[in-house]
Amino acid sequence: MQTFSALSLIRRAFGGHAGWQAHWRTPEPKAAYDAIIVGGGGHGLGTAYYLAKEHGLRNIAVLERSWLGGGNTGRNTTIIRSNYLFDESATLYDHALKLWEGLSGALNYNVMYSPRGVMMLAHTHHDVQVSKRHVHANRANGVDNEWLTPEQAKAFCPPLNISPGLRYPVLGAALQRRGGTARHDAVAWGYARAADALGVDIIQNCEVTGIVRGRDGAVEAVETTRGRIRTPKVGVVAAGHTSVVMAMAGMRLPLESFPLQALVSEPVKPVFPCVVMSNTVHAYISQSDKGELVIGAGTDAYVSYSQRGGLHIPAHTLDAICELFPMFRRMRMLRNWGGIVDTTPDRSPIIAKTPVPGLYVNCGWGTGGFKATPGSAHVFAWTMARDAPHPINGPFTLERFRDGQMIDEAAAAAVAH
Amino acid sequence: MLLIDCPYCGKRPELEFAYGGEAHIARPQDPAALSDDEWATFLYLRTNPKGTHAERWRHVHGCGRFFNAVRDTVSDVFAATYRVGEPRPDAAPRKAGE
Repeated sequence: MQTFSALSLIRRAFGGHAGWQAHWRTPEPKAAYDAIIVGGGGHGLGTAYYLAKEHGLRNIAVLERSWLGGGNTGRNTTIIRSNYLFDESATLYDHALKLWEGLSGALNYNVMYSPRGVMMLAHTHHDVQVSKRHVHANRANGVDNEWLTPEQAKAFCPPLNISPGLRYPVLGAALQRRGGTARHDAVAWGYARAADALGVDIIQNCEVTGIVRGRDGAVEAVETTRGRIRTPKVGVVAAGHTSVVMAMAGMRLPLESFPLQALVSEPVKPVFPCVVMSNTVHAYISQSDKGELVIGAGTDAYVSYSQRGGLHIPAHTLDAICELFPMFRRMRMLRNWGGIVDTTPDRSPIIAKTPVPGLYVNCGWGTGGFKATPGSAHVFAWTMARDAPHPINGPFTLERFRDGQMIDEAAAAAVAH
Repeated sequence: MLLIDCPYCGKRPELEFAYGGEAHIARPQDPAALSDDEWATFLYLRTNPKGTHAERWRHVHGCGRFFNAVRDTVSDVFAATYRVGEPRPDAAPRKAGE
């Protein structure tokens, strides 16, 4: 792998930038691998990277039915934070946040992690109480979070309208300074490039169409659009399509897939310094380094795989954005799209072994999986390599729904990301 | 926005309706006899198909009644809507525009 550095950049510049290699190979699938990852998004590519890097599994492949990072990795609003309420979630998401902090160096790829601060607004008395509870719970877990008055919130984010005359006035905000954004494509590409350098085969345009099980029920192979590939271990990291893939092994999961919409404005000069989210009026917004305002809207009400949704969903969000940030009232929106998110009943992910030997699943990230990418991949690789969960993902089982051990993060996760 | 054909009121915009999740999940006849696995199946496991899906809707800003619908989850086109208690129609989804 060519390493990227200022020196290599200057040297290639003198050669007219002609000598750069492709980021990863385009191999033909082999007849057999030690493990196969289904899904070439950030979580899947990251899993392959950590399997190769930390567990020595090099004869592995990532199968992607389309192109790398073309699903939810390329469709999310790139927000990173770890201010979740419960101990299990705070540990998981903060594990990810710590990996984000060193990720560009570890991958030799600039993922543009920018800890610009994530500020969550409170608009009602109830909001204030819940937000303060989150702040205290986070601090008890060693996760930074602080309470701001409306004036302090305005000082941190000058475009914010804190007029008491608003229908839902800003009564305060919880600020996680280590939160921020990263470049979503770079996360997929960085993991793909680093995994490829360790010998992982990354196979695009290869859709898994079946999971073949032996007489003992264990996984033996996967059927794909490019033929049968033998493997004793399959890790399904298929986001919104997890139910479809797991049905191939005869399993039903506690998942429903919904379109989650987002949109970006035309690009403008830097005007917005941080990430602002509001669960109550349902809006979240940041500005990308390209200058577009990146705005997250809600999910459509119904199960769908259509990667689009009703216009009333983003229109509702834009109402709230215009109220909170009056200077954006004349901004023009450039693009609007949907991603298919797999939601669990408790809005927490499932990172676990399954009852099928050799079959592992990492799913249920719902509306907020991007922030967890490195941590999710790291603990899932551990789970696949050792056939046992890492202590961090131990609570995130399939069986928790049977046993009533829910990790109910609806307040932290159901709306805002 | 979806245009939904309420079996009682006719075609109305999606904003008048509330989604009610997967249809034809029968409540247990004898709840006390259910095992934990059966409870989890009833409460949480869903088909979540890529394709034809039977689902409940409620016309909250209209007649207020629940009904069922069959919809394709890839195209979002409805194949049929029908009243609660009627069997699931085995209809192929209509093409968009029909």
